[in-house]
Amino acid sequence: MSLPKVIGTEVEYGITVRNSPDFNPVVGSSKLINSYAGERARIQWSYDEESPGRDARGFGYEDSLPADLDSGLVNVVLRNGARLYVDHAHPEYSTPECSDAREAALHDKAGEVLMGRAVAMTRATMPAHERMFIHKNNSDGKGNSYGAHENYLIARDIPFGAVVRHMTGFFVTRQIFTGSGKIGSENGRPDVDFQITQRGDFFEEEVGLETTLKRPIINTRDEPHADSAKYRRLHVIIGDATRAEPQTYLKLGSAALILDALEDGALSEPLLLAQPVGAVTAVSHDPTLQAVVELDDGRSITALEAQWQYLEWAKKYVDGGTDNPTYLEVVDLWEGILTDLEIDPRRTSDRLDWTAKLALFEGYINRDSLDWSDSKLALLDLQYHDVDPEKGLYDRLLAAGRMQRLFTADEVGLAIDNPPESTRAYFRGLCVAKYREALVAANWDSLVFDVGGDALKRVPMMEPLRGSKELVGGLIDQADTAGELLQLLGGE
Amino acid sequence: MAEQERKQTRSDSSEQDVVETDVEASAEAEELTERIDDILDEIDTVLEENAEEFVKNYVQKGGE
Repeated sequence: MSLPKVIGTEVEYGITVRNSPDFNPVVGSSKLINSYAGERARIQWSYDEESPGRDARGFGYEDSLPADLDSGLVNVVLRNGARLYVDHAHPEYSTPECSDAREAALHDKAGEVLMGRAVAMTRATMPAHERMFIHKNNSDGKGNSYGAHENYLIARDIPFGAVVRHMTGFFVTRQIFTGSGKIGSENGRPDVDFQITQRGDFFEEEVGLETTLKRPIINTRDEPHADSAKYRRLHVIIGDATRAEPQTYLKLGSAALILDALEDGALSEPLLLAQPVGAVTAVSHDPTLQAVVELDDGRSITALEAQWQYLEWAKKYVDGGTDNPTYLEVVDLWEGILTDLEIDPRRTSDRLDWTAKLALFEGYINRDSLDWSDSKLALLDLQYHDVDPEKGLYDRLLAAGRMQRLFTADEVGLAIDNPPESTRAYFRGLCVAKYREALVAANWDSLVFDVGGDALKRVPMMEPLRGSKELVGGLIDQADTAGELLQLLGGE
Repeated sequence: MAEQERKQTRSDSSEQDVVETDVEASAEAEELTERIDDILDEIDTVLEENAEEFVKNYVQKGGE
């Protein structure tokens, strides 16, 4: 049986300040996070790279000093189990571990709304003439890209070569429903008025370890943050940050579903692309969806045809029985979007960012007789991604009832303050909320407590599905202090 | 079975309704364009000022 697909996203947000000539994005990102996290639990993230699963013993403080205390970079864990920090020159939000794609899409949205709150709080501390902006996008349109990464827990015993063979074609052709749209091209790619993705222009390799240059379609970072004998974390860097809720759900759900099918041996022969890197551009650069990509066997297919094929495999897999409650929804969403993309991509403008933007741009072009190079369109292209709910054009379309929702504002609000209940994020988040005084450091796979005595106590969390409400909720209810909690845990 | 049915459905409809679908699609495209016009006025009121300057100064460091 395939492993439960624990999922999380990491999104780097664009940051800028208007009327501040000496704006420094690192300082600005720190200010943003401090403004938000200052009043909340602020537990340092720890970069402790201890061998996984080895010890439940305490160890000296020297060993667990957060590596970034010296550099002053802000790096905190929140009560919903998420990580909020400065990565390079961007504020980044990593969702807590989620047990399915719907929950992960909710927490991805929670991160976005949290950034909107954070920028409002930061503006209140800044001089009136300066104005900070946070964008959920992936490119500045000038050759600089920053990431939106997806993570899927997969079985260690699936040969990585099989992942590469099966997933490359999937990731290249899924751009037709994962893109968030962009005017023009970058990174030396051919000129184009409008393309489907923000990120497509930046992929240069088929497989590799890099994320900041020579970006690969399949990233090989092998850092499971879990028992590495059992698990691998597939770190997916070829995707756009998405705002449309159905799109985020489909992006995460379809990948999880295909990975599950792969683990269960339910995929047929892979669709092998003859030139994967060139195909990324070919697909992204054609919003009419007519472009064909060549397969290894000499056939040529469109991205839509490839996705119909993946959907067919997915349906067959789901028809064979699944215990994942989201997969039937994902399959329906997937089919509906492919059907509409095939008839006219604009029909998906209530579910996908790239078509929502395209419809908006075409509306302006028609009304104001604009050229694709007009700076007003470039502004629209940028402002769609502004996380300020009064200003972001996505939010304006949403408020006008033009974008489909999956989550109510209340659900998103709850996800900002509460962890998912069925993964170890629950334990992390509840410890942040209840034992903040004693919690000195946290990361994905451990928590470190100071409960007095000589040594700090480390609680390893090498199993992403342990630490759920079902497993530890009762213990946390019983324990008034971290010391009591550790005693209860030790007594198990 | 399920996949065959779906394939069947798709090819049936694409063969029978070619002409009709074209007409419908273009009418629909027009309608979609008209619908978006309603919201452009509202968006005009929230657009940042000095588009050219704002876009020009929007420079990010690479990340990841």
